[in-house]
Amino acid sequence: MTLVQPSDSEPGKAGSAIAFQLDPASGVPTFLQLVQQVEHALRLGYLTTGDQLPKVRDVVADLAINPNTVMKAYRELEHKGLASGRPGQGTFVTGTLSQAGLPEIAGLRRALQRWLVDSANAGLDEDGMVALFSSTLRDFRERGAAAESRAARSAPREVGGGVA
Amino acid sequence: MNVIETSALGRRYGGQWALRNCTLNVPEGHLVALVGPNGAGKTTLLNIAVGLTSPTDGQITVLGGIPAGSPTALDRIAFVAQDMPLYRNLSVSDMLHVARNLNHGFDVAYAHGRLGNLGIGLRHKVGKLSGGQRAQLALTLALARHPQLLVLDEPTASLDPVARHDFMATVVTAMTDDGVSVILSSHGLAELERVADYLVLLTDGAVRVDGPVDDLLRQHLRLTGPVGAPVDPRWHVVESRDARAVRVLLARVDDPAMPVPDEWEARAVGVEELALAYLRESPAPTRPFMVEAAR
Repeated sequence: MTLVQPSDSEPGKAGSAIAFQLDPASGVPTFLQLVQQVEHALRLGYLTTGDQLPKVRDVVADLAINPNTVMKAYRELEHKGLASGRPGQGTFVTGTLSQAGLPEIAGLRRALQRWLVDSANAGLDEDGMVALFSSTLRDFRERGAAAESRAARSAPREVGGGVA
Repeated sequence: MNVIETSALGRRYGGQWALRNCTLNVPEGHLVALVGPNGAGKTTLLNIAVGLTSPTDGQITVLGGIPAGSPTALDRIAFVAQDMPLYRNLSVSDMLHVARNLNHGFDVAYAHGRLGNLGIGLRHKVGKLSGGQRAQLALTLALARHPQLLVLDEPTASLDPVARHDFMATVVTAMTDDGVSVILSSHGLAELERVADYLVLLTDGAVRVDGPVDDLLRQHLRLTGPVGAPVDPRWHVVESRDARAVRVLLARVDDPAMPVPDEWEARAVGVEELALAYLRESPAPTRPFMVEAAR
């Protein structure tokens, strides 16, 4: 091994779909920040199966962090079944966390933006929007659970988990 | 393989022990942070490891049993001293020439490549370079020897934040590419939090705490409880502070999975917090009942 970089055709990190950043004030360990950023990108569809994660060397050179930390993060992602290492090539995404494709997510994001504008026009500030969204999400979840437990009651066999 | 192995290592200057009874095993493949207050013996330990100083007492070997300071050891270890010793009146190109003639296996092509990437011209006088460039030049000269162990004594102390970041990026990149192990002394705890995965903490010439950072963080807890709450005997208190109502401890615990008594709240610690607790004046032994009586 030498220090001369057998870099891909293009310089820089144009090749990787995501770029990591660190928040030193978050108190979250560095390796966990990397794991969470990959999961976040998977959830939002920025990363999909077959994509290559940033090369350890690029992450290290970019953020000036210990290579062992990056490898630990990638091992954790492998452990979760989200990525797998190919010897001599790098680490690639093998799992997915997004339940919808990029176009659907883009559409949902636009709908949400419209909702945010409506909320602002109605006089809600950010905290108000968050509160309304959270409470609606909670209702949604409870209704879902109630529907499930109704289904369970009508089924011949009792299934636990009904919400009081 | 251990990159540094010492047993009861000591070094005395006159009547003063700079390092005393220092026993240490540092495995390879890490970036080791050597931390301690001024005068704790960091530079002495590093100087002994690279063969610049001989010990008064005890043993030290490097890179899997090679005596420190032996020719084999010198060939495989690169050292960048605190003051970045370079010939300021030479041009960068002459500096490379000197380094090539003073070192076995000096990789000129590598040095040229790196200096080119950094935009450091070969014709420049060393003395005219910025602090960051001088540090990068010293680091390049060290890495061009393709060492197995890179020893850095407070390398970033005089650098601005960008130069500091770039310097550390070079170090960790060399770690990634060449698998070089690194030992570096520094006061920059926040910076070490990002780069170091192994900690050696010296106070008064002896090792206070050492080990892989992950293990150390797992073994230590920040505990908050009411003043007067009994301290579990299985907690080894590193630091203890009392406010009027609240007692705050940082403690090493034998079993991290052990449940914490109800009146205490526990949370994980970071490297900086951990190191600071050990670096503060040696804590008075905790005497919960006396403190309660004093209230």
